[in-house]
Amino acid sequence: MAEIQPEIRPSRLTRAWDSDLAWSFRHAPVAVVSAIVVLVLIAGALLAPLIAPHDPFNPATLNLMNGFTPPGQANQFTGDLFLLGTDDQGRDVFSTILYGMRISLFVGFSAVFLAMVLGVILGLLAGYLGGWTETIIMRIADVQLTFPAILVAMLIFGIAKGITPPAYRDQMAIWVLILAIGLSDWVQFARVVRGATLVEKNREYVQAAKLIGRSPFAIMLRHILPNVLNPVLVIATISLALAIIAEATLSFLGVGAPPTKPSLGTLIRIGQEFMFSGEWWILFFPAATLLALALSINLLGDWLRDALNPRLR
Amino acid sequence: MLAYIIRRVFQSVLVLLVVGLVAFSMFSFVGDPVDNMLGQERTQADVERLRDQLGLDQPFVVQYWRFLEQAAQGNFGLSYRQGRPVAEILMERLPATLELAFVSGLLALVGGIALGIFTAIRRRGVSANVIMTASLIGVSLPTFLIGILLIYVFSVELGWLPSFGRGEVTRIGGWTTGFLTESGLKALILPAITLGLYQMTLIMRLVRTEMLEVLRMDYIRFARARGLREKSINFRHALKNTLVPVITITGLQLGSIIAFAIITETVFQWPGVGLLFINAIQFVDIPVMAAYLMMISVMFVGINLIVDMLYFAIDPRLRVDRTAGGH
Repeated sequence: MAEIQPEIRPSRLTRAWDSDLAWSFRHAPVAVVSAIVVLVLIAGALLAPLIAPHDPFNPATLNLMNGFTPPGQANQFTGDLFLLGTDDQGRDVFSTILYGMRISLFVGFSAVFLAMVLGVILGLLAGYLGGWTETIIMRIADVQLTFPAILVAMLIFGIAKGITPPAYRDQMAIWVLILAIGLSDWVQFARVVRGATLVEKNREYVQAAKLIGRSPFAIMLRHILPNVLNPVLVIATISLALAIIAEATLSFLGVGAPPTKPSLGTLIRIGQEFMFSGEWWILFFPAATLLALALSINLLGDWLRDALNPRLR
Repeated sequence: MLAYIIRRVFQSVLVLLVVGLVAFSMFSFVGDPVDNMLGQERTQADVERLRDQLGLDQPFVVQYWRFLEQAAQGNFGLSYRQGRPVAEILMERLPATLELAFVSGLLALVGGIALGIFTAIRRRGVSANVIMTASLIGVSLPTFLIGILLIYVFSVELGWLPSFGRGEVTRIGGWTTGFLTESGLKALILPAITLGLYQMTLIMRLVRTEMLEVLRMDYIRFARARGLREKSINFRHALKNTLVPVITITGLQLGSIIAFAIITETVFQWPGVGLLFINAIQFVDIPVMAAYLMMISVMFVGINLIVDMLYFAIDPRLRVDRTAGGH
């Protein structure tokens, strides 16, 4: 469109900049700072192979003599310098954090995506079709809601681990984690989407779509879905922080990402062992990164919730 | 009222049946039970006999019913890893978890209500604002990081408190308690704070909001006008009416205390059922996982049921609404 009449219609970028959401974003310093932190961390994770000074998973580049180098000091044997120090095997902590964030973020985003797709579909079906479909879906949701999500995730992880053959367990751990956290978190989405769908399905535009003979699925996906997306977006943001913490918790407990593919939680688990002997940096930096990531996403979610709520404007 | 209770009990039984189905499916589909129970040297006849003995040739529904019968009697078979009856292992570990949950629940309730009242009464005070800000940070911290932080400060740096285990325990009948020895009490402090902190902030914020709401009501203004003492207004008149939602939330949080005990117990190597469950997941010890699941489901569902009834008993308005609404 912009190509046909460039002088009349403002470009997409200008329109995005002028939108209410962008205006509210520019006037919320907490949101801006959080967004910058999140973007820097995501960029660091994505570019890890380029910016990490060492490859922590290539045994050839590791030197055991570099083990336990304090941050910012030269190693007493090799003279090598590490920004955030090294762990017991001489792995650069800064590099392991960058690579660990890749896994944490990948699991977090994938799990929330899974939960969102599942929850939105089931919520739409329950709200639009009603009857038995609704009863069954919402009963399952109620039963699952009786139990804390982290417990459900642990259970799914345990069952999935039992089903996978032992030789593939480490390889599959990441996917099992995504499945476990995703399945433990769909209820929130389903409940909100069902509630919104119940309101929307009596609106005139839905009646009109019915009259011209559109199929129920087309009505659900093309007409109702776009109108219930705002709350879904808010829940997705807050779920992302929860999913990242859930992943870290599971990995910390030893029922998540394996030490061969460490996420932030696994790194904290490893670092905890050296807390007593004074090598604090192996624990501290991964923990601080996790906290910064979860807190910024949470604050961003808070802002988004207020910004998308028309009653608070 | 009676119809409502019957309906809730019916729902609870339904939930337990569903959870039972999940637990039963774990037994049937995760690994072959015959494989797990027989060693390498076995004949086809052994396999057939065990199949017959375990009732594996029976229809699904019959097997499920038998599983429920056994589960109701607390019989979950032998742990794959320890080779002992699961019920025996659970009973041995349960006191540790219950003592921890009790102390942290108490801490959360007492601390939460006290801080909630304080921050509500001194709404504009500096210390109240500091507490509110601190509680925000407390909510964002993952439980395991709180535990690690406490260990670092109080065990590693200051060396005041132990960082793992239960200390010395005293055996009373089938129950082991850490309440009676000094080392037992010392060992309890850090895990209880770790587990209770999140719930405490939750209760505190709830009490504060409710208190602020109630303090604005006419009957409080009237009490002031009558010249009652501030203390009596705050505690006898205002606090009483904030307690209904507090009881509901606290009751429901009791369930999550038991679940989050898994994390705390792992951080502090506390020998309770949560640590047992985590180890069971690591070693795919299905009977222990299934038994733990059934056990806490019964607890959760029971707590929910009791809270619902308490709610009913405490708040007279609910009773009137129910009967008037014809539910």
